[in-house]
Amino acid sequence: MFQQYAESLFKNDLTSNSNSNSTKPARIVNVSRRNFLKTSGSAAALILGAQWTSMVFVSKAKAAKQSFQPSVFISIDHEGTVTLTSVRAEMGQGVRTGLPMILADELEADWGRVKIWQAPGDETKYDPAGKDKQDTDGSRSTRHHFDIMRQLGATGRHVLERAAALKWGVNASEVYAKDHRIYHTASGKSFDYGELVDVAADVPVPTDKGAIQLKHPSQWKYIGRDMPMVDNLDISTGAAKYGADVTLPGMKIAVIARCPVYRGKVKSFDASAALKVAGVDKVVEIPALADDKPAEFRALGGVAVVGTNTWSVIEGRKKLKIEWDPGHNTTHDSKTYNETLRKSAHKGGQIVRNRGDVDIAFKQANKVIEADYFVPYFIHTPMEPPAAIVDATSKPVKVWACTQSPNRVRQYVAEALGLEKTDVECWQTLLGGGFGRKSKPDYVCEAAILSKMIETPVRVQWTREDEIQQGYYHAASAQYMRAGLDKSGKVTSWHQCGAWPSILGLWDPAHKNGFKIEYGLGFVDCPYNNVPNLRMENGETDIMIRVGWYRSVNNIQHAFAMNCFAHELATAADRDYLEFMLELIGDAKNLDLSKDGVEDIWNYGDSVEDWPVMPVRLSNVLKTVATKAGYGKPMHTGHGLGIACHQSFHSYVATAVHAVVRDDGSIHVPQVDVAIDCGRYVNPEGIRKQMEGASIYGHTIAIHGKITTTKGAVKQSNFHDYPVSRMADAPLDVRVHLVEDYTHLKPCGVGEPGVPPYAPALVNAIYQATGKRIRTLPIEEQLRLA
Amino acid sequence: MATTVPNGLDCRSTLGNFQRLHTPINTIPVDEHVLYTPYTPEELKMIELTVNGKRRQFTGDENMPLLWFVRDELALTGTKFGCGAGLCGACTLHVNGQAVRSCITPVSAAKGKNITTIEGLDPGGNHPVQRAWREHNVPQCGYCQGGQIMQAASLLKGNPDPSDQEIIDGMSGNICRCGTYQRIFAAVRTAAKEV
Repeated sequence: MFQQYAESLFKNDLTSNSNSNSTKPARIVNVSRRNFLKTSGSAAALILGAQWTSMVFVSKAKAAKQSFQPSVFISIDHEGTVTLTSVRAEMGQGVRTGLPMILADELEADWGRVKIWQAPGDETKYDPAGKDKQDTDGSRSTRHHFDIMRQLGATGRHVLERAAALKWGVNASEVYAKDHRIYHTASGKSFDYGELVDVAADVPVPTDKGAIQLKHPSQWKYIGRDMPMVDNLDISTGAAKYGADVTLPGMKIAVIARCPVYRGKVKSFDASAALKVAGVDKVVEIPALADDKPAEFRALGGVAVVGTNTWSVIEGRKKLKIEWDPGHNTTHDSKTYNETLRKSAHKGGQIVRNRGDVDIAFKQANKVIEADYFVPYFIHTPMEPPAAIVDATSKPVKVWACTQSPNRVRQYVAEALGLEKTDVECWQTLLGGGFGRKSKPDYVCEAAILSKMIETPVRVQWTREDEIQQGYYHAASAQYMRAGLDKSGKVTSWHQCGAWPSILGLWDPAHKNGFKIEYGLGFVDCPYNNVPNLRMENGETDIMIRVGWYRSVNNIQHAFAMNCFAHELATAADRDYLEFMLELIGDAKNLDLSKDGVEDIWNYGDSVEDWPVMPVRLSNVLKTVATKAGYGKPMHTGHGLGIACHQSFHSYVATAVHAVVRDDGSIHVPQVDVAIDCGRYVNPEGIRKQMEGASIYGHTIAIHGKITTTKGAVKQSNFHDYPVSRMADAPLDVRVHLVEDYTHLKPCGVGEPGVPPYAPALVNAIYQATGKRIRTLPIEEQLRLA
Repeated sequence: MATTVPNGLDCRSTLGNFQRLHTPINTIPVDEHVLYTPYTPEELKMIELTVNGKRRQFTGDENMPLLWFVRDELALTGTKFGCGAGLCGACTLHVNGQAVRSCITPVSAAKGKNITTIEGLDPGGNHPVQRAWREHNVPQCGYCQGGQIMQAASLLKGNPDPSDQEIIDGMSGNICRCGTYQRIFAAVRTAAKEV
């Protein structure tokens, strides 16, 4: 059954016009004579537009009725330069390199003659079906664009071949494309792509089945090969442009004082001292968001100090005297709040996955183990704090911002200014790290409101303190874990109950439970399949701060609790952890969650048909990493080798951490091995970098990361009290192993899946090294106190 | 104030030789003149300094950190704001060849001195450290890398043959949240062979 399924996918890989449900062909049209791409330069002569139909959200009937609405474009000009219009944000994940690789490969283009052009937010042009919203998050740029890039490239190649055949008056079967030229096989004569675009502009894209041939993977010359980042030169010379680097004529600069407590308001303020600071022009109040409006991604209000130099306004802000009305969230205090989370996790509530009967199984168990796991709030700290430039002095309102989501910017800016979305333009700069923070355009709304108030263009600059204290926090969470073992040390029951403030609170502040997206982040889709009785529950929680997604989101706490608790169980059963885990996961080809009462699985927004949860792939990466890291080898005193594995964003990652715990309790990690199965992959170099970086991101989570609140206000403020990993404590030898057994399947996420398994692997290594069980992150001083 | 407004990022290098197809359209030209003069003549206290080989005059508050002088007044945006407190190194530039954190170094401390920003390290981006950065494909988001490169260049100038521990000690003041430390470490080692 599985074999047939895999084979059908593989076949679809080779032909674009397949009848299969799993890969629908993109509809591609030659739009050279239409006016689709006015903004990206009129020099282009051949323009292809593709309508995206491979997503699952549009039913077949609906898709058939729609007129042609292209959303992805390529163009080729008379010089032969190929330009891909990018609708994905670059924030270090390498998408500006990866997507053109796919296109250039199928187009048989010369890599040095392919450019990428960053499209502004525009759903009518780039997202007519409202599927992806130009929103770069969820580790989905490659997996959602792989097919369409291939099809666009292959179509371009086909059209150019036809054009050359027309010019020579020969049959199209007598010509072929190679390295940016079309050759006539018999005579050996050739045209550069640039010489063909005028003729190609009138060549229709064939609609008959099988007319466009995709390359066989063995013919690929870029896909699957290492490619350096296309922006390396600009980055290494300081030429690359980020959010705050845009300057407009007459632009003012502003920083904003915001209430330290979520949804608090300005009661009164005295700006006299601030106004005396040289370079400060004015101080204005941005009205607080109305009480009946949920926070979502809106500006919450505050006092803005406006001037001509960033330092002047920062200094001016220090001199503001503001009396705040802190509102109703002053009871948000980490000490008591964390305890409430723990109680809620013990109490349970909403059952989100259920198999067998854990209650009966616990009664029959030989041994019952229970444990509490806790992960605190985190904040993103991208190196670039949020910044936005807005000119709202005329229509259309113009925005330049380091944003993951330009159309969400347009939506919320339009709302803030009482305009239509079409009255707002948004141009994306490079992002100096995103990690989820920059998908929320509250900072852009602030700049828009301010620009309208002061009637000049303005840059709103967030400082590091703003970023840490006024963010959208990764949800703090408590998890109560309970499992039963039989006499042979096999898990017979697994009961896991989590409590966390939900992201839904942004829309519904009174919301108490999580929702299907959060449940789908490594919780209900847990691939520990060989447990006959299993129950996942979600307890109620009050929401007292803005909670938002953060690189890999709830997968962090789920992977931490599950992998570490499994290690506790293996230890209690006196069994080898690797063997224990492999038994727990099993080697099922497909996890049918509907059998466990999970009807509405999120599955990262994708069809279960195309991206099933496959326990066998998790076992596979676990075995690989164990072999590569030398699991089972004798370790010195104070050394440990910990392993953890997790499936997220459809990818399967296992991480092995070799940790040394020194006498003073400090931790050194001399080596990390990461095995990743992300299905069909594009740029191995990019994947290695993401795994290296994710390990270090995970290291920060494990060792340092912690946001706490006192009387509703975030206590931490900068890198001295919210430390992140530096070269001195970071792992510097991360070895990445690409597991290639499933490359015939769909591409999967890469940006986020490396994060979740790191912390549990480190914590398991620490247990081996010291016998100390860490159940609360971050580790901080826990080993020093021991 | 001479400005250009970007309408989409359009900068890329090619595989291998890293040659640019054309000048990025969103490059903001550097003004020849100091732009910032909201002061009365009595307040004027002129500070002269050299930035990337050009003589500059500054007439504002001498306590202004160099970071905001080069970014907001000279439009040299390669030097980045990360923390404002000397904790992350994104703002690292050279004063007389020494790496300093420009977010906590007042303009007055640079009076009569030579300032080098990432834009001025090498006109073609061919300083050994820059080359090593590309050879090891170090950057992810790239935001901290200008500061990392300036820190590494200064480190190697003072110590052309650093030990592993000296590299770690020398580079640990610079944070990279994408987690490129492994490649930074390797790139500094490579560059050390060439400086």
